[in-house]
Amino acid sequence: MTNPAVGAVPAAWGYLEQGKRKGIFGWLLSTDHKRIGVLYLATMMTFFSVAVLIGVLMRIEQLTLDPPLFPAQTYNAFFTLHGVIMIFLFVLPGLSAVFGNFFLPIMIGAEDVAFPRLNLASWYFFISGALLAVVALFTGNGPPDTGWTFYAPFSIRTGTNVTLGVFAAFILGFSSILTGLNFITTVHRMRAPGMHWHRMPLFVWSLYATAWIQVLATPILGITLLLVIAERLFGIGVFDPAKGGDPILYQHLFWIYSHPAVYIMIVPAMGAISEIIPTFAHRTIFGYRAIAYSSMAIAALGSLVWGHHMFTSGMADQANVIFSLLTFLVAVPSSIKVFNWTATLYKGSIELKPAMLYALTFIFLFAIGGLTGVIQGALNVNVHLHDTYWIVGHFHYVMFGGTGVGFLAALLYWFPKMFGKMYNQKMAIVAWFPIFVGFNMFYFTMLVLGYMGMPRRYFTHLPQYHEAHVISSIGAFIMAFGLLLFFGNLLVALWKGKKAGADPWGGVTLEWRTSSPPPMENFETLPEIHERPYVFNPEIAR
Amino acid sequence: MEQAAEHGHVLPYRTLVRVWLVLLFLTAILVIASTVYHEALSVWAMLTLTPLKAGLVFFYFMHLKYEKPFLKSMVLITIATLIIFIGLTFLDILQR
Amino acid sequence: MSRPASHSHAVHKDYQGAKLGMWIFLFTELLLFGGLFILYSTYRAIYPHDFHAGGQHLNAVIGIINTVVLLTSSLTVAVALSAIQKGSRRLTLQCLGATIVLGILFLANKYVEWSEEIRRGIYPNGPELEKLPNGGKIFYGLYYAMTGLHGLHVLAGVAVLAVMLAFVWKNRVTTTDYVKLENAGLYWHLVDVIWIFLLPMLYLAA
Repeated sequence: MTNPAVGAVPAAWGYLEQGKRKGIFGWLLSTDHKRIGVLYLATMMTFFSVAVLIGVLMRIEQLTLDPPLFPAQTYNAFFTLHGVIMIFLFVLPGLSAVFGNFFLPIMIGAEDVAFPRLNLASWYFFISGALLAVVALFTGNGPPDTGWTFYAPFSIRTGTNVTLGVFAAFILGFSSILTGLNFITTVHRMRAPGMHWHRMPLFVWSLYATAWIQVLATPILGITLLLVIAERLFGIGVFDPAKGGDPILYQHLFWIYSHPAVYIMIVPAMGAISEIIPTFAHRTIFGYRAIAYSSMAIAALGSLVWGHHMFTSGMADQANVIFSLLTFLVAVPSSIKVFNWTATLYKGSIELKPAMLYALTFIFLFAIGGLTGVIQGALNVNVHLHDTYWIVGHFHYVMFGGTGVGFLAALLYWFPKMFGKMYNQKMAIVAWFPIFVGFNMFYFTMLVLGYMGMPRRYFTHLPQYHEAHVISSIGAFIMAFGLLLFFGNLLVALWKGKKAGADPWGGVTLEWRTSSPPPMENFETLPEIHERPYVFNPEIAR
Repeated sequence: MEQAAEHGHVLPYRTLVRVWLVLLFLTAILVIASTVYHEALSVWAMLTLTPLKAGLVFFYFMHLKYEKPFLKSMVLITIATLIIFIGLTFLDILQR
Repeated sequence: MSRPASHSHAVHKDYQGAKLGMWIFLFTELLLFGGLFILYSTYRAIYPHDFHAGGQHLNAVIGIINTVVLLTSSLTVAVALSAIQKGSRRLTLQCLGATIVLGILFLANKYVEWSEEIRRGIYPNGPELEKLPNGGKIFYGLYYAMTGLHGLHVLAGVAVLAVMLAFVWKNRVTTTDYVKLENAGLYWHLVDVIWIFLLPMLYLAA
C-alpha cells in the first residue's frame, strides 16, 4: 500500500474539491484531465438524453400509421438529428473523451496528458460544435433533412440548413483530432518509469490505436464537409453531376472517414471490457499481446473497407468484390478479442458484479452486431439488405449494444473511482433486465423487418410491417425505462452514495492504487511499476 | 524526468543553402520537362521529381533525417495511408 | 523506490514531446489536403484532356515564381532555427522577417493571379467557365479549392511566424528554449511541401 508523502494532507474529495479556482470557473477553465473528463461526461449525457428522446418520437411515429403523428419533413429532420447527435456528440467522443481523459494518465502513472491546455480546447471545440448544431436547428430553412450522411447531390440542393449543420460537424472534428494528438503524445512521452509498452493496461492500448484513427481519418471528413459548404456557397462542382461531378466520389470521401469512425467508437469500449473481465474473473487476461495488437490491426484494416457502405451505389464490380473480401478480413481481429475474453473467463473465479454483467452483455450484443455485419458484407445479400431496417438493426447492435453498453459497463466500473461514491449495485442489476429485454425486442425485430424489406428513413410503412414495428416500439419504451432506472440510480449515488474505498472491486491497474476520487496530481506517491498488468494475488482479491 | 533542456540537431547554414539550390534545380527540370510535349516523360518527371523535392524538405529543412526511427515510420505510415486511400478509390474509378 | 509526486503546478518542458505533437498535427494537415488530392487524381483520370487544357489557361509563370518564393522562405525559416540554436539572435530575427516578407509576397501573387482569373470570367458559375466542358469546370473548382485552402494556411503561417518574431524579440524564445520556433518552422515547411505538389498538379498539367 502507498504511504502519503510527508506533510501532505489529502483532501477527502480529491480533484473534485482541489481546483485552482473556486466554483463553476474552476470547472470551465480547468486544464486537469479528470475535470475535463467529467465535463465531457456531463455534456455527453445531456446530448444522449436529447437524442434518446428524438428516438422515442421516431418510434411513436412508426406506431401511428393512419394518420402519422408527424409529417414526413419532420421525420426526416428527426432521423438526421438523432444520427448527428448520437454519432458526433455521444458515440464518437464516447469512452475516449470521458474515461480516456480521466484514466489514461493515471493508468500510465502520469500527472496529466501531454498538452493539458489543448485538452481543454478540445472540449471547447466539442461544445462549440454542439451549440452550432443547435443553432442550425432553428435558423435558415430548418434543420437538415439529409440524414447524418449528408449525401450529395441532395445535400447540395436541399434548402435546409445543411451549411451550418455541416460546419458544426467540421468544428466537432477538431475536438476528435486534438484529443487523438494529445493521447498519442501522452503515451509516447509520459509513461512513468517502469511502465514499458507491454506493461500498459489494455484500455491504454485501445485508446492509442483509436487516437491514430482519430488523427489520420478525421481530416478527410473535414475536407469533405468543407467541400459540401463550398458546393452550396460557390458551386465548385466536384460533387454536382450537372457540372461533371461524381456523387459517388462524395460517398468515397465520406466513408473513408466514417468507416474508420466506427472503430473510433468501438475500440475504446473493447478496451474497457478488457479491463473489467480480468478484474471480475480474478484472472490475468488471456492473450495480452493478441488483444493489444488486435486493436492496432482493427485500426489498420478498418481503414480499408469503406466501400462496403457503397455496394449498391454504382461502384465497379471489381471494387465491390475487393471491399467485400477486406470486410470479411476485418472481422478477424475483433473475433480474436472475443475469444481472448472468453478464454480469460475460463477457470476464472467469476464475480457477477454489475460492471461484469454489462461487460458480458457487451460481448453477446457485439457478437450479434459483428456477425450481422459479416452477413451484410456479402455482395449478393447486401443488394437486398442495403438501406433497410436490417442495417439499422446491425449498427444499433454494434454502436449501442457495443459501445453504448460498454459505456454503461465502464461507468459502473469506474464511477466509484471518479466520484468517490458507491451506487446501489442491486439497482444497477435490476435496471439491466428492462435494458436487455427491451434492447433485443427493439433491435432484433429490426433485423427481421429489414429482411422482410422495410426501407429505412421512411416516415411511414406498409401495413404488412406494422406488427413488427409495434413490437419494436414497445421494446424501445421498455429499454428507455431501463435506462431511466440506470441513470437515476447513478444520479442518486452522486448525492447520497456511501463513500467508496480506493479499490472496491479488487482491480490491480494503477487507478486502483490511488484514492477515490484521486487527488489533483493523481498519486500522492506513485507506486513502483515492475511487472505486467493484471497479476492477481489471491490475498489482494476479495 | 530531467528538466534539462534537450537540444535538437543543428544544421549548418551551408547544408541548408545547398538543399535550397538542389530544390531550385529540380524545379527547373520539372518546368522544362512539362513543356516538352511528350506526355509520358513529363508525367514521369512529375511523379519522381515532386516526391523527391518533398522528401528533401522533409529530411533536411524539417530535420527528419536526424529524428528517431519511430517518427520516420509515423511519417511513412501517414503517407502510406493516403496512398492506400487513393489506390482503393481508383479501384472503383478506373473501371467505370 | 517510489518517487514522490510533484506538485500539479510544475510546468514540465518536454522538447521531444512538443515536437511530436506538432508532427502529429502535420499528419492531420497532410490528410486534409490529401482529401483534395484524392479528388484531383480521380478527376484527372476521368477527364485527362480537360485537365490538360485547364492547366494551359493558368498562368504558369506566377505559379513558378510562387514556388521559388516558398522554397526560399523555407530556407530562411530553416536558417532562422539554426541561427537561434547557435545563439545568433540577430540573424534569427532577420531570417524570420525575410520569411514573413516572402509569405506576404506569395499571398500578393495569389491575389493577382485570382484577380486575373476572375476578371477573365473563370470562376465557379462565371461566364467563361460555363463555356468549358465539365472536366474544365471541375478542374477550376479544384484549383480554387486547393489554392484557396493552401492560401489560408499560408496566411495562418505568416501570422504564427510574426508571433515567433515577437517572441524572439522579447526573449521568450531563446537559444536554450526554441521549440516554439522549431514547430512554427515545421508548419511552414509543410505549407511549402503542399505547394510543391500543387505546382505540377495545377500549373504544369499542361
